[in-house]
Amino acid sequence: MTFQVNSPVLFVLAGLIIAAVLAQSVYFLVKAWRRGLAIGMDREKLKRIAITSAVFTVAPAVAIVISVITLSKDLGVPLPWLRLSVVGSMSYETIAATNAESAMGLTFGQVSSLTASQYVTIVSVMTLSIMVGIWLVPVVGKKLQSGLITLENRDKKWSEIFSASMFIGMISAFVGYVFCDFSVVFAGDLSGLIPPLVMAVSALIMCLAGLAVKTFQKSWISDYALPVSLIAGMAAAIPITAWLS
Amino acid sequence: MKKKLSYMDSVHRDGRIWNLSMMVLLLLFPVAVGLLYGAGPDWRGFAMGLVATAPMYWAVAVVETFTYVPMLGAGGSYLSFVTGNISNLKLPVALNALEQAEVKVNSEEGEIVSTVAIAVSSIVTTLIIILGVVLITPLTPILDSPALAPAFAQILPALFGGLGVVFISKNWKISVAPVLLMLVLFIFVPALNASTVGIMVPVGVLFTLGVSRLMYKKNLL
Repeated sequence: MTFQVNSPVLFVLAGLIIAAVLAQSVYFLVKAWRRGLAIGMDREKLKRIAITSAVFTVAPAVAIVISVITLSKDLGVPLPWLRLSVVGSMSYETIAATNAESAMGLTFGQVSSLTASQYVTIVSVMTLSIMVGIWLVPVVGKKLQSGLITLENRDKKWSEIFSASMFIGMISAFVGYVFCDFSVVFAGDLSGLIPPLVMAVSALIMCLAGLAVKTFQKSWISDYALPVSLIAGMAAAIPITAWLS
Repeated sequence: MKKKLSYMDSVHRDGRIWNLSMMVLLLLFPVAVGLLYGAGPDWRGFAMGLVATAPMYWAVAVVETFTYVPMLGAGGSYLSFVTGNISNLKLPVALNALEQAEVKVNSEEGEIVSTVAIAVSSIVTTLIIILGVVLITPLTPILDSPALAPAFAQILPALFGGLGVVFISKNWKISVAPVLLMLVLFIFVPALNASTVGIMVPVGVLFTLGVSRLMYKKNLL
């Protein structure tokens, strides 16, 4: 059989694994949903959470499709489709593919065709490099969760501060990241202002939504505030980039 | 008599079975391709590629596991570490849902809310990617167009602007020190950028926990 990065058989293999991942998501959704109803959670509340999560996911998922398109130029469609549906992310996969390709004397972004051996090498490097999280969660997940419950039983107030601190720690890293190109502004290059301004637009929309919830007493506004602020920020990025680039 | 498992225990049991099965399936992909085409890996390239990639990824994965599992809940963790895109999608979606439902992740309601949000997000993502793959030819010129590129390049600032304002305003006392630290580090250390932000998440978390503990002990919170 002649190897080709977009061979139908590769689509079938990738599709089978993606179907299994989809099945896992459906399984956990049904399990959590049933348990929620069993402990007396409101069905409407669960529905609202599901709808908001689905709406919120659309824009980042489209960005993932763009990543598939980008990676497909070197690796064909099936492999990026698999890697970005399971485990991976754009930055991880690009680095892994670049390292594997350069180890074989190829340059990422300039590969016109791959042999089966090169393809197997790249897939193996990408797969083995990213496998830790999948097996480590089953090993330590239960102990970590038990530790948190023990912490809560021992000191409820500190347990709440502990959770909030974890979220804030994560958010602060990303707020810092938004300013990673800011230093070019000191040299007169205003493009470093683009990410902070986009973040400011998104934050402003979120504040306005909060104000609208209080003014109009409509709680549904807060359900869609985050997806709307995300889209508004992304839309604002287009004129802001044109202005400052 | 067989002891009945609690909901949480059953989540851990099922999560272990699913994740370990997924691991085997993923490992089978390169094996299957190799067998079908009668090709083995280029061992030299494989070793060099793995040495260049794996140590960093493995270290980051260990740190991410210990950082993200307490925030995602049990079911959410098993799913997120299989479906990926955690910091840019699964964690924000879970945070937003927990905020919307006004529950804590370490309560049973929080566990359910987080799992529902992450499962729905994973399903929607998978379906949108399938649609994107099916329609890749007509979609490529649109999604790859220079006009839309700035919007998708700024997805993280747009995401964390909205999310940040909610959480920082609610926890401003514990936010000041880590936000200032990260601003200084990211502005003045050139090595910190998009590819290293994942490493800085645990740094931010540990620093915030330390500052919060100090403030808590001094009755400032």
